[in-house]
Amino acid sequence: MCDQTFLANVFGSCDKCFKQRALRPVFKKSQQLSYCSTCAEIMATEALHENETLASLKSEAESLKGKLEEERAKLHDVELHQVAERVEALGQFVMKTRRTLKGHGNKVLCMDWCKDKRRIVSSSQDGKVIVWDSFTTNKEHAVTMPCTWVMACAYAPSGCAIACGGLDNKCSVYPLTFDKNENMAAKKKSVAMHTNYLSACSFTNSDMQILTASGDGTCALWDVESGQLLQSFHGHGADVLCLDLAPSETGNTFVSGGCDKKAMVWDMRSGQCVQAFETHESDINSVRYYPSGDAFASGSDDATCRLYDLRADREVAIYSKESIIFGASSVDFSLSGRLLFAGYNDYTINVWDVLKGSRVSILFGHENRVSTLRVSPDGTAFCSGSWDHTLRVWA
Amino acid sequence: MRSQRLLVTVIPHAVTGGDVVQWLTQKFCISEEEARHLGAVLVQHGYIYPLRDPRSLVLRPDETPYRFQTPYFWTSTLWPAAELDYAIYLAKKNIRKQGTLVDYEKECYDRLHTKINHAWDLVLMQAREQLRAAKQRRKGDRLVIACQEQTYWLVNRPPPGAPSVLEQSPGRGSCAASRVHMTKRADFYKQEIEYCRRALGRTRVKSSVCLEAYLSFCGQRGPHDPLVSGCLPSNPWISDDAAYWVMNAPTVVAPTKLRVERWGFSFRELLEDPVGRAHFMDFLGKEFSGENLSFWEACEELRYGAQAQVPTLVDAVYQQFLAPGAARWVNIDSRTMERTLEGLRQPHRYVLDDAQLHIYMLMKKDSYPRFLKSDMYKGLLAEAGIPLETKKRVFPFSRRPRHSSPSPALLPTPVEPTAAGGPGGGDGVA
Repeated sequence: MCDQTFLANVFGSCDKCFKQRALRPVFKKSQQLSYCSTCAEIMATEALHENETLASLKSEAESLKGKLEEERAKLHDVELHQVAERVEALGQFVMKTRRTLKGHGNKVLCMDWCKDKRRIVSSSQDGKVIVWDSFTTNKEHAVTMPCTWVMACAYAPSGCAIACGGLDNKCSVYPLTFDKNENMAAKKKSVAMHTNYLSACSFTNSDMQILTASGDGTCALWDVESGQLLQSFHGHGADVLCLDLAPSETGNTFVSGGCDKKAMVWDMRSGQCVQAFETHESDINSVRYYPSGDAFASGSDDATCRLYDLRADREVAIYSKESIIFGASSVDFSLSGRLLFAGYNDYTINVWDVLKGSRVSILFGHENRVSTLRVSPDGTAFCSGSWDHTLRVWA
Repeated sequence: MRSQRLLVTVIPHAVTGGDVVQWLTQKFCISEEEARHLGAVLVQHGYIYPLRDPRSLVLRPDETPYRFQTPYFWTSTLWPAAELDYAIYLAKKNIRKQGTLVDYEKECYDRLHTKINHAWDLVLMQAREQLRAAKQRRKGDRLVIACQEQTYWLVNRPPPGAPSVLEQSPGRGSCAASRVHMTKRADFYKQEIEYCRRALGRTRVKSSVCLEAYLSFCGQRGPHDPLVSGCLPSNPWISDDAAYWVMNAPTVVAPTKLRVERWGFSFRELLEDPVGRAHFMDFLGKEFSGENLSFWEACEELRYGAQAQVPTLVDAVYQQFLAPGAARWVNIDSRTMERTLEGLRQPHRYVLDDAQLHIYMLMKKDSYPRFLKSDMYKGLLAEAGIPLETKKRVFPFSRRPRHSSPSPALLPTPVEPTAAGGPGGGDGVA
């Protein structure tokens, strides 16, 4: 006489297979069901299966990644600095601060150029977003966001609007107006909604679409007018910190970098990850495409900048120096792609020769970490923003 | 490294500021300026501390004595500096020499007194014990430990107004261990596996081919890069003269030679330049294939337009370019045409992608090379001028007035938004 006699035997239709069988009570997610013995057995083994598969999935993923690395290594027949030996070395570079933009009351976090090559928009920790004509250093517009830490801002291609966002988890678009009677904040349009802070945003080829990256680990493409989500991009295992659109003919891809040390290239149409690179040793703070669109550079907290080639599908160069021990927060290429400018957390800007892999110059001037850096649209200068409350234009 | 004499006490294992700079210069093969900067940053973060005047964490590249901080107090160990420890430290200071607490320290002391009042007996007891234990040590060691502690607390509790070197962006705490990663569920790994399988099947290009491409790209574009080769007549940021922007405005009657050269680099460069695109449209007109470029432009408008406009735009494109007997019918191969017409039943933003790519390739492989060989292009190239370099000012310190330009936000919105069009700014030089 075992305990089984306590089971009340009910005969009826199984809740799963609907066959007429002897049933026993089964609990699934705190709901009581009646299963026949066959279905109950299957359910028990399924649960066991799930835990096993997690471990086996992980090991399968690891082994596939290993095979992928092997495949990538097969076609790697030469290093960049070897090929670049026959290129003429660059001359001495004398770059100075040509403009200093003062007006932010707190750390400058992000900036972007207007297509007219002289206006910029910048955002800071105290919630202020300012539009400057950096050639004359005049301020043209100012908006105070309802949140602090505005970590992302972008200028619309037409020059008629700006987008910004940060700890409010949203990306808002403000049309720029010179009407003194109009309050800029009144016409604000909330476009993107994320579940964590906004780390980067960028307009696509027109004013009507915005691409955003967020601390919730996803990127998303939005229609500005309706605020509709057009496509979302999942795959990062941690916060996404930066993104850049590809300057390609078909204009369909973009790259993003995150706290999971991965740089991922996405297809905007399908939302799928097309390529991924995981060689950095720490968070990737900034990614930027090489002007031809065949490669991109990344700057990371591991104090290195790296160049990844999309056709060879691998990392092809590392830009690092023993004396650089602080992370790179932002990178950008000069117009021809020969120079890579990188801003670091030790308040300096290093200029790298992309082909030879050597450092051309180091620029001092900022009094706190450099948080953002962009080359102007026609390549005549670049602008850096820093936690010392100022922006500097260098040429 | 030698023993320094500090007043009358001898401190072993100390270095001068000058030594630190020299060591960095030699170790990393960098300039003195860089070494001084790096040294200053190290001092700011508390890895090296001054023995004299430990209140200010600055590196003086002279005879000022410094010492390397003990690893216990390194910022990189990421031990959170607890309130209790700070209270003990301040209490010790208070007891040792009455009234040596600076204003902000006094405030902190009072605040902590109220906050952890329940443990205050413990704080005072600990402070007294530590001071008693310290008395057993040699005077030199006592001084060193005091300086070490002081530096540690200057870094972790900076005085008001001084920037904190430990500050981090939100979302990324200073302690890596406390970061919460996304839970690695089964679908995360399944996604990774699927990605790897797809990636394994991808065709890759040899590194040598890819890298050579960079060399030729940089070589071709070098003379066009203002930061590498300078620009004529002058770089506006350096000379304060906006003439360069006037000459290179998006729509200008006489493009410069460099600009016309760029149209020959790639089809994309030609299309992205409004002047180049206009000339190409003229050329196509002569060949009776202008509708190709117009079709491509209409497709771009659809791809980057507002979501609400999609159905209208798709219909307009169909009527004008694809319908049988359309006014500007484009010649697409039958298979692509079939697929496109099929897709038009449920129009979406990317429904014309195949057709657009077909026409783009047609122009790129056929019309574009002929354009480059045409008399029209050769004529443009010959006409285009090279601006003269602005003469350097006689009095370099007198600044040219910097003229403002009308903001693009003031201009009337263009009738036909082009995908690569830019605002016509930068032409406000009086």
